[in-house]
Amino acid sequence: MPGRAEGGAVPQRMSLIPRTTFPAKPLAGAIALAFLALLAGGALFSLAFEASRDESGAFAAFDAYLWRVARFTLLQALLSTLLSVGLALPVARALHAHQHFIGRAFILRLFALPLALPALVAVLGITSIYGRAGFIAKTAHYFDFGFTPDIYGLTGILLAHVFFNLPLAVRLLLAGLDSIPPDYWKLSAQLGMGSGSRFRLIEWPAIARSLPGIMGLVFMLCVTSFTIVLTLGGGPRATTLEVAIYQALHYDFDIGRAVALTLTQLALTLAILFLFRLTGRPTEEGFSLAITTRRYEKLRPGERLIDLSVILLAFLFVALPIAGMVISGLVADFGRLFSERSVWRAIATSLILGGAAALLSVILSLALVAAREAVASGRKMGRKQSFFERGLDTGASLILVVPPIIIGAGWFILLRHFADPFDFAPWMVISVNAAMAMPFAVRLLRPTWDTESARHNRLCAQLGISGWTRLRLVDWPVLRRPLSVAFAFAMALSLGDLGTIALFGSDAVQTLPYLLLQRMGSYRTLDAAGLALILGVLSLGLMMLADRGSQASPRKEERP
Amino acid sequence: MTGKKGGAEVTLEEIRFSYGEMRMHFDLDVPASQIAAIIGPSGSGKSTLLNLIAGFEMPQAGKVLIGGVDVTRLPPAERPVSMVFQENNLFAHLDVEANIGLGRSPKLKLTAADRAAIADAIARVGLTGKEKRKPETLSGGERQRVAIARALVRNRPVLLLDEAFASLGPALRVQMLDLVKALHAETAMTVLMVTHHPEDALHMDSLLFFLENGMIAASGNAKDLLSETGPEALKRYMGTTA
Repeated sequence: MPGRAEGGAVPQRMSLIPRTTFPAKPLAGAIALAFLALLAGGALFSLAFEASRDESGAFAAFDAYLWRVARFTLLQALLSTLLSVGLALPVARALHAHQHFIGRAFILRLFALPLALPALVAVLGITSIYGRAGFIAKTAHYFDFGFTPDIYGLTGILLAHVFFNLPLAVRLLLAGLDSIPPDYWKLSAQLGMGSGSRFRLIEWPAIARSLPGIMGLVFMLCVTSFTIVLTLGGGPRATTLEVAIYQALHYDFDIGRAVALTLTQLALTLAILFLFRLTGRPTEEGFSLAITTRRYEKLRPGERLIDLSVILLAFLFVALPIAGMVISGLVADFGRLFSERSVWRAIATSLILGGAAALLSVILSLALVAAREAVASGRKMGRKQSFFERGLDTGASLILVVPPIIIGAGWFILLRHFADPFDFAPWMVISVNAAMAMPFAVRLLRPTWDTESARHNRLCAQLGISGWTRLRLVDWPVLRRPLSVAFAFAMALSLGDLGTIALFGSDAVQTLPYLLLQRMGSYRTLDAAGLALILGVLSLGLMMLADRGSQASPRKEERP
Repeated sequence: MTGKKGGAEVTLEEIRFSYGEMRMHFDLDVPASQIAAIIGPSGSGKSTLLNLIAGFEMPQAGKVLIGGVDVTRLPPAERPVSMVFQENNLFAHLDVEANIGLGRSPKLKLTAADRAAIADAIARVGLTGKEKRKPETLSGGERQRVAIARALVRNRPVLLLDEAFASLGPALRVQMLDLVKALHAETAMTVLMVTHHPEDALHMDSLLFFLENGMIAASGNAKDLLSETGPEALKRYMGTTA
């Protein structure tokens, strides 16, 4: 027994877990943080280093072209945001006013789809409807209208961005509307409020609270959107910073310009995130397909008709490109596609890299979550969070500040000094995608981990269950489900990634999106449609698996 | 002392502990094989007292002695005590047998002797036939029986009950108290129970410790303390004075 100091003993409050054991969890968390810091820090260091060297010509590259690109980046993002959120408003209102019609749940599920769809796949869906040889052009031709749509340029970018973000905004706005206390609806029915005053007095205050957050989120997504602008943008007039970075590195090999562009993009994202912080984040909390708010007012027939047409239009806008993607994909010659070695190799490469990225992402996220909980529960009462704990808390979401293209560009420029950057393609794809999926994986894992720890720490301490035994007997059975959900989600994200592979990809390493982009580039449209269908089915399959897993009743509570 | 039949004396010597603003000071002695009830207003430190004995909290000064041995610095698993909480005593994904088995081997490596002891404990708490059930299919009372069965197979001389029966109805609570009483008669372990119901102490014919503001304000036989001639503070708590 260690001797105890009498009288003036050191005041100490012990954590529930005795500290005698090796601090495995904090160490694992530190490693995960170091990974993120190295990935982002390495890229930023490389950019700063290049910028500080004169011969790179980075400063000379801050020219009129760069400003034009930066202006267009902001302009398209602003327009996309206004259109997406503005159009989402009436749709969300209409969906909320009509809680019980056949297909409502289906529409809400459909509206969750675009975000799960790889951007490249969605682009093909959109061109199949609005493109030069798309559904609308063919219909116009059939009826002998001399009308050929040209969507390449700002129009196409806006169409695609609204396709992605309108459903997202609708879901978030609906969550806002669902937070209105039910008594308000009773009151509005009792007072006989019309649509206008209902909007002004009841709906707008609820929407206004979440609107800045929603707009900030959509704006951020549009500023950093890469694939859509790459494929639908039209030449130098409709190019964003991210695409310009890619072109500078991939085609012109103009390092100075790439550095200048990347620094501009970084400054832009930081500025937006700073503004974003002021607005607060939208939550999808309280939103569920199961819970419906009861509405009491009697709608006039005219209002009803308007609402239902709004819903129908929004439905068609989202559903048509998806249907177009499926139909034009099915026309593809799968027999020939599947006889190509390159197709099989791309599928295998995608699955292996995606799986590895997902595995890495889930392991690192778990390390962060476990370390945070261990450090937090070991913290003395009333003490403030240490720097380390705050890092464990927010480290994962900070990575979103640095878009994948910037990380990719930074490392590409850095690695070029030591070796052929293309040799690092698999490692870069795995680590960038793992890092990008971490914020989501952490959000999926943390609630379960924290409640389970709160529930079991004392019991395990008393029974002496610790280390691997605890992981095997106690933690694993409970975490298996959220872990697999996080894995499926991370893998789906990685499968659709084009940013990193576009920079690092080569004939040696081709993923499905990379191959798809190549086929599109060489106008083998039918092949592209078929590949898009394969990619879409893989991603959506994984997303559905993740969704099913997270919806299925999480383990029943110990108390009924 | 683990594994030995009988109880062990529990002593808190000049224990000092503060929890936020609250400062506590405990001096307490429960002789071996006694039952002691701990009552007091919420926030008076009842659960903290048990946590100090079980090793979930570390005192800032003073000693915890169990069976005359200083355990102040021992981690929870190495102390000769078993504790039953109000809830979360069981792992929801493990069946009754495994939950009890953890009391014998934290890695669930069970010998034939362990299995026999588990079957015996299940019989003694009246759960025969429910060995393979998961906690979610058990009633609240049955779950606490499983927790007590685990305490039995651990075979430690001190049993701590932290409001273990607080979420059960009155009839069920009395049943559980009777079970503890019967097991106490059999094993002679020392029992410390935190409860909101002073009548529990009478039912068990136990010692009684009344806590107020982190101090033991009164102690003695429950029958004496809870009688007309008991201390004022206790009467105030009971609401029996005007």
